[in-house]
Amino acid sequence: MDKQEMQEFIARRVAQELQDGTLVNLGIGLPALVANFVPEGRSVLFQSENGLIGLGPTPADDNIDLSITNAGGKPVTVLPGGCFFNSAISFGIIRGGHVDVTVLGALQVSEKGDIANYMIPGKMVPGMGGAMDLLNGAKKVIVAMEHTAKGAPKLLTECTLPLTAVNAVDLIVTEMGVIEVTYEGFVLTEYNPYFPIEEIKAATGAPLIISSALKQMV
Amino acid sequence: MNKLITYEEAANLVRNGDTIMVGGFLAVGTPEKLIDALIAKGLQELTLICNDTGFVDRGVGKMVVAKMFTKIMASHIGTNRETGRQLLEGETEVELIPQGTLIEQIRAGGFGLGGVLTKTGLGTEVEKGKMIININGEDYLLEKPLRANVALLYAEKADESGNLTYHGTTRNFNPYMGAAADLVIVEAKEIVKVGEISPDDVIVPGIFVDHIVYGGAE
Repeated sequence: MDKQEMQEFIARRVAQELQDGTLVNLGIGLPALVANFVPEGRSVLFQSENGLIGLGPTPADDNIDLSITNAGGKPVTVLPGGCFFNSAISFGIIRGGHVDVTVLGALQVSEKGDIANYMIPGKMVPGMGGAMDLLNGAKKVIVAMEHTAKGAPKLLTECTLPLTAVNAVDLIVTEMGVIEVTYEGFVLTEYNPYFPIEEIKAATGAPLIISSALKQMV
Repeated sequence: MNKLITYEEAANLVRNGDTIMVGGFLAVGTPEKLIDALIAKGLQELTLICNDTGFVDRGVGKMVVAKMFTKIMASHIGTNRETGRQLLEGETEVELIPQGTLIEQIRAGGFGLGGVLTKTGLGTEVEKGKMIININGEDYLLEKPLRANVALLYAEKADESGNLTYHGTTRNFNPYMGAAADLVIVEAKEIVKVGEISPDDVIVPGIFVDHIVYGGAE
């Protein structure tokens, strides 16, 4: 798989987690692709933390309104029934537990569900934006990311980078498989048959429990 | 009362060393012309409170490039490489604040509250030096109120008494910053007579607004 196929493969699998009638917040980058793969027949509302619910498709070039944007600052459209609000309401929605699912990328995730995704000290300091609030407030946290950083494991016993939140991640979807974060640690529940199980274990920097109900990713 | 002033008059209301709040999210809902007026005046040693630092050529990012800040308080600086450079080279102090916490600190500052309690940031670098308070068996971080000398805001439309309306995702931090500063200047894309905005449509009550500058086409 090339990078784009890998990202679409991950996004397609994450989209299957989104249930009918839920409110979902997608991070920028790979997580944003998830919106393209919502299974038919499911009605999912997307929130954007800069102040809207009802995020629609990217507008045509001749129909751009620069005052209607997503959390990446890019022009978007709003579906019928959508609404705008200020940042206090937006983060009340997030912190208050009204977002069902958030999908975020990560630099590292620990087997306890800790996540680091907002800075590499001395090197890259973009900031947390709304991520700390989303990780604390969303009912379910899904991490969508490549399994390793150019071969270096991102799933670890302990995160080494500054944490964005403690004990927050529920599910991780990578090009190699689907991993649940449980009290026992990482549990592989689905695998991509393109990768042998031993290779998935070797790419994971923490013990990987193989689910007794293990199945192929589809 | 007509609150309309010129950009020059507006810039003269800000002093070296002031703390300023600036509305906007990635330069959407940001008073661009007010920012240009402050840059033209060459103000120095300001402290910035803003969601993010925009881009090198758009939003408050232009003021970062002009090296007007000694301290920046924001949730995200990743879209402006100059902010990152000033931080990493120790030129400018940057305090990263979770977005939902930042808006609540501003709300508290404007609405007479001694602070807010939030779970966001627990177990991360954000909690350093802050009081943790247990309420009904749950830990929360105490986040203190924020205020500024001057708030620079954007509005889609203002009447001459300062009642404001918004379009799309431009409202973001604007409504609450208007309550949390000693002096509030609004750049409005359109200015109308008192009575031309229905009371039902007012998003920011005019009592928060001291001055208005015209931000539309010449």
